[in-house]
This record gives sequence, C-alpha cells and structure tokens, in this order.
Amino acid sequence: MKTLYALVLVLLACGAATAKEATLLADDPVVEQRLIAISEEMRCLVCQNESLAGSRSDLAMDLRRELRTLIKQGKTDAEIREFMVSRYGDFVLYRPPVKPTTWLLWAGPFGLMVVGVGALFVYLRRRNSEIAASGLTDEESKRVEALLKEGEK
Amino acid sequence: MNAKALIPLVLFAVLVGFLAVGLRLDPHEVPSPLVNKPAPAFKIAQLEQPEAQFSPEDLKGKVWLLNVWASWCVACRQEHPVLMDFARAQIAPLIGLDYKDQRKDALGVLKRSGNPYDITAFDADGRVGIDYGVYGVPESYVIDKAGVIRYKHIGPITTEALQKTIIPLINELKKT
Repeated sequence: MKTLYALVLVLLACGAATAKEATLLADDPVVEQRLIAISEEMRCLVCQNESLAGSRSDLAMDLRRELRTLIKQGKTDAEIREFMVSRYGDFVLYRPPVKPTTWLLWAGPFGLMVVGVGALFVYLRRRNSEIAASGLTDEESKRVEALLKEGEK
Repeated sequence: MNAKALIPLVLFAVLVGFLAVGLRLDPHEVPSPLVNKPAPAFKIAQLEQPEAQFSPEDLKGKVWLLNVWASWCVACRQEHPVLMDFARAQIAPLIGLDYKDQRKDALGVLKRSGNPYDITAFDADGRVGIDYGVYGVPESYVIDKAGVIRYKHIGPITTEALQKTIIPLINELKKT
C-alpha cells in the first residue's frame, strides 16, 4: 500500500513539473500589445459590433494571426492599416479617414450645430423685439405703479 | 393652417424616409475595395488533385467566375443549384475556392450534390481568402481577361442575380 501511495505522489509531482502556465497568444508580449492596440481600432467583419481585438470569430482569429506576422516583420501601423483597408475597405476602421466621401460624416454634426445655434439666435432676437414692441404705454405704466402702491398700503 | 405647423410633419417625413432606406440596407454588404483592382495572385494546390496547382494567371485572357465556398457553409448549399445551372450553360469557367475546409468534407459535398467547378483551389488556412477580402462565404468574383476583379457578389448567388447581373456582365466583358 505504501509503495502505491509513494508511486501516486511521484506521478503527481511529475504532472506538476511538466505543467506550464497558460501561454499567451503570442510568445512575444510586445507583439501582443501592439496587436491589441491596432486591432482595437478595427471592426470585425463577421460580428460588426465587435472589434477585431475582442472577436472570437474564425475570421478575426485568422486576421489577428496575419497581423501578428506583419508586426513581426516590422511593418508600421500605417502599413498594417493599409493591409486591412486594401482588403475590406474603410469599413474596417472605427475611425474613418477624412476624405471627400467622408466630409459630410465628419463635418455634418458641426454643420447641424451651427444651423441650430443660428436658429436659436434668430428666434431669441425676434422674441426680444416682440417683447419690446409689446411694451406698455406711459399711461399704462402710471396705472401699474398706482396699483402697486395701493397694494403696499 | 399656416406653414409653420407643417414643419414638424415635414421633419417627421424626412426621418421616416431615412429610416426606410436604412432598413433596406444590408450592413453585411460591405463594398469591396478590390473591385476594379487586379485579382490578388496566388498559387495553391487544387482540391481534387492535390499535386496540381491553380493560379489566376492560368486563366489570363479569359473572363471567369471565382466562387468562394466551403463544405461547412450552409448558404453555399442554397447557392449550389444556381452554380450547377451556370456550369451547364458553359458561359465562363467557374473556379471554386474551397475556403478553410477539410479536403475529405469538401470532396464529399461535391460527390453528393454534383461538382459545378472546372477547378477548385484548396485554401486550407484561409490565406487566399484574406487577400480577397472574404468575410462571409459564399462570395463570388467576376474576373476579366486582364485579371482585374470587375464585380463582387456577397452571399449566395440567386438565379435573379445570375441572370440579371452576373451573366450580362460576363458577356459584356467577353466582348472587350
């Protein structure tokens, strides 16, 4: 019995010795960090509400594999973005580039704001002049004063 | 009724218009930047004859249809009869790209339901698919004589799409 017990212990120890920590997706943490930084800015084409960094779809995993290779080849961020955009279009970028087709997208909200502020300004000016125009005549203001005095008594 | 009272109504109508258009757009149909660009080059093993290879170069001078499919792809089954029709009509070479698949599964599908492809290239790790911007199988590309992608169809090809868009385009490209 004792030998069996010892054997089990030895076997367990062997298991512990060969066990390793869970390996990172890439062996190189620097590469992994850059990969995350880049792929967080990109949309996963399969599940479009997820970033490429967060998606577990097959395509996202393949693309991360490709990006890892590119990073290891020493490609710059711009080159890696170009790799993705040349295949999937600007749609993969969460921050669309500023160019003629996206001017409306970038400037639109500010344009709307200008229109809104302008409309508000015009409205307030008009209301002010209406209030001024509906002012009391001298006689009326005298009556108001008289009434107020009466009230104080 | 004065004109001012109509403003909210007009704004509402514009909003409804935008929403109606938005509902009809399919967010999965992302316009491909590859259209009117040269088809990415590759040279990979064929599905049926692993020792033989296929490259788009082999079809230079011909208009052809590249269809990305896989045995695990459900929508591809829906598309399959349409491709069989296309193959029977002998309009243009139909090349399959078997994307991220097991050779045995893919061969099984072709054996069971028929093989519309003149050649099928076997893209086991999906690298060719990535170069072609594939993000949802099935996808199809019309490639012209100069090897330029002229059209990309995302999702299963319907009889309507085949008759109204793809075949007329192929016939047009053949003339040039």
